Amino acid sequence: MSAIWTLLTLLILAALGFALGRARALASAGGDIRALHSLPGHYGWATVLFTLVPALSLLALLTMAAPLTPAGTVAVVALALAALAWSLRRIAPDFRARRTVERGVLVLLVLAACVAIATTAGIVLSMLFETQNFFAQYGWRDFFLSTTWAPRFQGNSDLGILPLLWGTLYVSFIALVFAVPVGLFAAIYMAEYASRRFRAIVKPGIEVLAGIPTIVYGLFALITVGPLLRDYFAQPLGVGSSGSSVMTAGLVMGIMLIPFVSSLSDDIIAQVPQSLRDGSLGLGATRSETICQVILPAALPGIVGAVLLAASRAIGETMIVVLGAGAAAKLSLNPFEAMTTITVKIVSQLTGDSDFAAPETLVAFALGLTLFAITLCLNVLALAIVRKYREQYE
Amino acid sequence: MKDTLTETPATTDTAKIAVRGLQVHYADTHAVRDVDVDIPDKAVTALIGPSGCGKSTFLRCLNRMNDTIPAARVTGEVRIDGEDIHDPRVDPVQLRAKVGMVFQKPNPFPKSIRDNVAYGPKIHGLTRTRAELDEVVEKSLRRAALWDEVKDRLNAPGTGLSGGQQQRLCIARAIATAPEILLMDEPCSALDPIATAQIEELIDELRNRFAVVIVTHSMQQAARVSQRTAFFHLGRMVEYGDTGELFTNPADPRTESYISGRIG
Ligand SMILES: Nc1ncnc2c1ncn2[C@@H]1O[C@H](COP(=O)(O)OP(=O)(O)O)[C@@H](O)[C@H]1O
Ligand SMILES: [Mg+2]
Repeated sequence: MSAIWTLLTLLILAALGFALGRARALASAGGDIRALHSLPGHYGWATVLFTLVPALSLLALLTMAAPLTPAGTVAVVALALAALAWSLRRIAPDFRARRTVERGVLVLLVLAACVAIATTAGIVLSMLFETQNFFAQYGWRDFFLSTTWAPRFQGNSDLGILPLLWGTLYVSFIALVFAVPVGLFAAIYMAEYASRRFRAIVKPGIEVLAGIPTIVYGLFALITVGPLLRDYFAQPLGVGSSGSSVMTAGLVMGIMLIPFVSSLSDDIIAQVPQSLRDGSLGLGATRSETICQVILPAALPGIVGAVLLAASRAIGETMIVVLGAGAAAKLSLNPFEAMTTITVKIVSQLTGDSDFAAPETLVAFALGLTLFAITLCLNVLALAIVRKYREQYE
Repeated sequence: MKDTLTETPATTDTAKIAVRGLQVHYADTHAVRDVDVDIPDKAVTALIGPSGCGKSTFLRCLNRMNDTIPAARVTGEVRIDGEDIHDPRVDPVQLRAKVGMVFQKPNPFPKSIRDNVAYGPKIHGLTRTRAELDEVVEKSLRRAALWDEVKDRLNAPGTGLSGGQQQRLCIARAIATAPEILLMDEPCSALDPIATAQIEELIDELRNRFAVVIVTHSMQQAARVSQRTAFFHLGRMVEYGDTGELFTNPADPRTESYISGRIG
């Protein structure tokens, strides 16, 4: 029998345990529920826990060590049966089944939390491991300080992160410069000025933007925004002749970020208590004075959070950059030139025939870890800002 | 058409606020019905009545705060110093600087104590220098009987004060814009008895400079702080008169039932 069948058997035993435990509890009290310490269902669940927990632990141990043998299956089922019998014998009116069940629930919840943490730790550890392999072959100084990115398949590549980091920050910066004011102003209009009917139509409209897959934004950048910027700005001004540019990717990414900024800020502004608005208006402030001097400061922690969330999205975005900004790693100030970002290069280093021993491939993990460190710092910063602000005003 | 100004010169001469035929409708509630009243200057006028009878709505008519509620429709006449506040030439923003308001729940802004008080003067450009502004802040806090408690921590957040202190801060904030009238909507209902006593004492002081209109659900409070009392019932102003007179010798049977505890 395979592990699956063993598991099924255990579940059937558990169901049986529930019915038996409940019935036995009722019988032990002579049918009078009030004589029992806990509800009959609690006794059923307690029996389920006693039956399953030791048997499942044993099953996990056995399968981890080696493929499950028939003898192992027998041992597991026998343990479950023994535990079932033992727990049925313990049932008496004064057995505190509710406590057992509550503790079981608590353990379950703690386990769920641990899964989340363990996965994160696992991801970071595997990245760390591969990154270490990379730095064994490639100096960290060259990685962090070199200004050229030129991987070569015959080896001897230049793998400096700076051009990629620059591209990432430049594109994100343009995206935020565009998205934050537009999103915030839209949110202010929606929360403070718009009539209910207008809001009901426009708010879902803006949120549709958030549902568009980023590859579609990428196409939009490639066939519409890129040529438009090239033909009407870059070429007439003589600053570039490329359809792919930082500006293209930044603008389109900005459009993508508008709904993030606006719908989060809108909710936050709407949560500012009406009493503050009344207080300010009652002193003879105009609406815009009230918004600038009372509502926005009160909503600031949330707005900062929304902006940093948008920043994390921008830094991690790949598709729009591939199609909008190109794949050329370059350190340049000109926003109408093609550049590229960390995420794009991670993808391109890992696609095709990748040799997981070569630094040209392993560099992807170092890049990924750097990206992770950056977004982590952003989040910590956001928390610090929010906390400082709270301390001041709560 | 008759001109109310010439017809009833006596009232508009002495009254700070003269209200004629005031009606307020919300979407489907007729909240204030045909109210006429003259509110004197340099005195405290109390508005009492069972909850939901339109006291707050009436109060908000006096500084046009009902303009900020989309569903509210106000008709009728409200004159302050003889000038109709619904005249198109009157700017509600200017009006609210002249008619200050204190709310039921203390609502200090999430700013420092100093900035809370300085908010109105800054917005209306009442002071030219920092020193002048500081002076206004100090004077307002002193009038609100809060200065001694906060003078060492003017930069601390206003939201960190106790409930009673917060309410006095809100009063100081309202005074700082140099209003002529102060409207208070149940200013003590969120406060403990000691803080309430302090605010009541303060209201008694304020009457030397302002016309004060206070909504209260406590008849004892009305009796303690006010010179004039108006009794509202189901949107109508049933009775209005001298506070002592109204409580000892009500003219209307509904007033009598309310003050003896039968409506409410
Ligand atoms: N913003 C509003 N929208 C709709 N109806 C309201 C609003 N404010 C008050 N009302 C209604 O108007 C009536 C009077 O309310 P209010 O003036 O608050 O009474 P009071 O202050 O005497 O308790 C009540 O019936 C109330 O439900
Ligand atoms: Mg009220």
